[in-house]
Amino acid sequence: MDLGPHAAFIWASYGAVAFVLVVLLVWLIWDGRRQLRLLHELEQRGVRRRSGR
Amino acid sequence: MKPMSTDAQTTPQSLTQRLANPTRFMELSGVILPWLSALAAGIILYGLYLTFFVAPPDYQQGETVKIMFIHVPSAWLGMMGYAMIAISSFGLLVFRHPLADVSAKAAAPIGAAFTLLALITGSLWGKPMWGTYWVWDARLTSVLILFFLYLGLMALRSSLDDEALAAKQTAVLGLAGVVILPIIKFSVDWWNTLHQPASVVKMGGPAIHPSILYPLIINAVGFSILFLALHMKGMRNEVLRRRVKALRMAEVEQAARGREASTAASG
Amino acid sequence: MSGFLTLLKRDLLLAVREGGALGTALGFYLIVVTLMPLGLGPDLNLLTRIAPGVLWVALLLAALLSLPRLFEADHDDGSLDVLALGGLPLELMAASKALAHWLSTGIPLALMAPVLGILLNLEARAYPLVIATMLAGTPAISFLGSIGAALTLKTRRGGLLLALLVLPFYVPTLIFGISAISAALLAPDGFLASFLILTAISLVAMVLGPVAAAAALRQHMH
Repeated sequence: MDLGPHAAFIWASYGAVAFVLVVLLVWLIWDGRRQLRLLHELEQRGVRRRSGR
Repeated sequence: MKPMSTDAQTTPQSLTQRLANPTRFMELSGVILPWLSALAAGIILYGLYLTFFVAPPDYQQGETVKIMFIHVPSAWLGMMGYAMIAISSFGLLVFRHPLADVSAKAAAPIGAAFTLLALITGSLWGKPMWGTYWVWDARLTSVLILFFLYLGLMALRSSLDDEALAAKQTAVLGLAGVVILPIIKFSVDWWNTLHQPASVVKMGGPAIHPSILYPLIINAVGFSILFLALHMKGMRNEVLRRRVKALRMAEVEQAARGREASTAASG
Repeated sequence: MSGFLTLLKRDLLLAVREGGALGTALGFYLIVVTLMPLGLGPDLNLLTRIAPGVLWVALLLAALLSLPRLFEADHDDGSLDVLALGGLPLELMAASKALAHWLSTGIPLALMAPVLGILLNLEARAYPLVIATMLAGTPAISFLGSIGAALTLKTRRGGLLLALLVLPFYVPTLIFGISAISAALLAPDGFLASFLILTAISLVAMVLGPVAAAAALRQHMH
């Protein structure tokens, strides 16, 4: 694939998009796992909300 | 979040009420999210295939038009993110919708990320095309200001300890931003025409050939679905975070009550 | 209406008697303008060309400096709650505060600008233009700033956050203030269009500012 004289700029753009989106994705997944873990820890300790939802 | 859930169990629910219930949201989004993510991944992969193996170089921009295939969706999603925050802010302040703040909070970093990407890819396109990474052009400037608004929203939220207060204050700022954004946009457009000669290469209009328009639309659709999936994931995380917080509060309360009971028994 | 005027009078009296706020803002304005030639070099032609812009940007920063105090003192000593309980709607109260800020800080800063223009070798015919655009534009600075001041009440890092929140909102005022000046210097008939838009922005800010500021203040009342 020949991207012409400005190939570096094209790759840099796609690289930037990939980087930012991967960071966002990894952060979201990591955060989700962490919240689930905390929730399980609390539930195992027998903590319940009064409303018992 | 608190009063809605108890009401909702006793009275017959409308659709919006059912969607407003965080528990129902978690069930529903848990089912939708995997499909949405797979769909986003599929369409983006197809879009990338079109971009790199099918789309011809533009007669004017050459291969750099490939940058446009991600730049345009990023810019569009940066704006859509703000629209989402605005609608959520309205939902919070006017209807006190229990998920509105969750949605506004989750949308902010994602919208900011896409706005940042629009700026980065825009300057990477500008360097070979205009000969400079940054031009004080109307469109660039207004997107930069949009990015500042995102930063302001996130900074304001993080600097208030009281979460309910932070939610409402951020919503007020979000709505004020909606009123002022068109004025900023309009002023910047005006300012540009005074100072910049018309050297700006125009995107848009009927000049786009279908062979380039088609991959652009595929990419736009793919990234939009990705945005929705990321937003939904962010909202799920936020609901979980609030549950954890509520449980922690309950734990502290229980401990306090237990200590009270034991001191009453011993004394 | 009488409540509005009473409150306005009180705030103006407070501003005059405390005094320090205005002095600090004026001093800040002076020092920022002084730094410009030091950073850019003493080329008088260059300074003449950029003088209106420098005066405007420095004015925004100086006005920003005095904004955090807009509601803070009254919030800390509880008089904000008392005022909210009185007959005056919160919107009018916010409007009175912003108006007092404009009268006690905005106008003095605008009047100080031509004095600082001497330091920047401002063209003679630009003096009235600078004063006129600043008098027309500073209400927007006070009224839009009141939104930021109300939002950042009780936040950590209040002052810095205020700058981040409010400066984007100042963009239209800055742009039309400068474009009115440069249009008038280039062709005399171009002045009015920009000047009228600048005034319109100030009027919009006078309506929008108090409404949003009151909405933000209301979250603090219980």
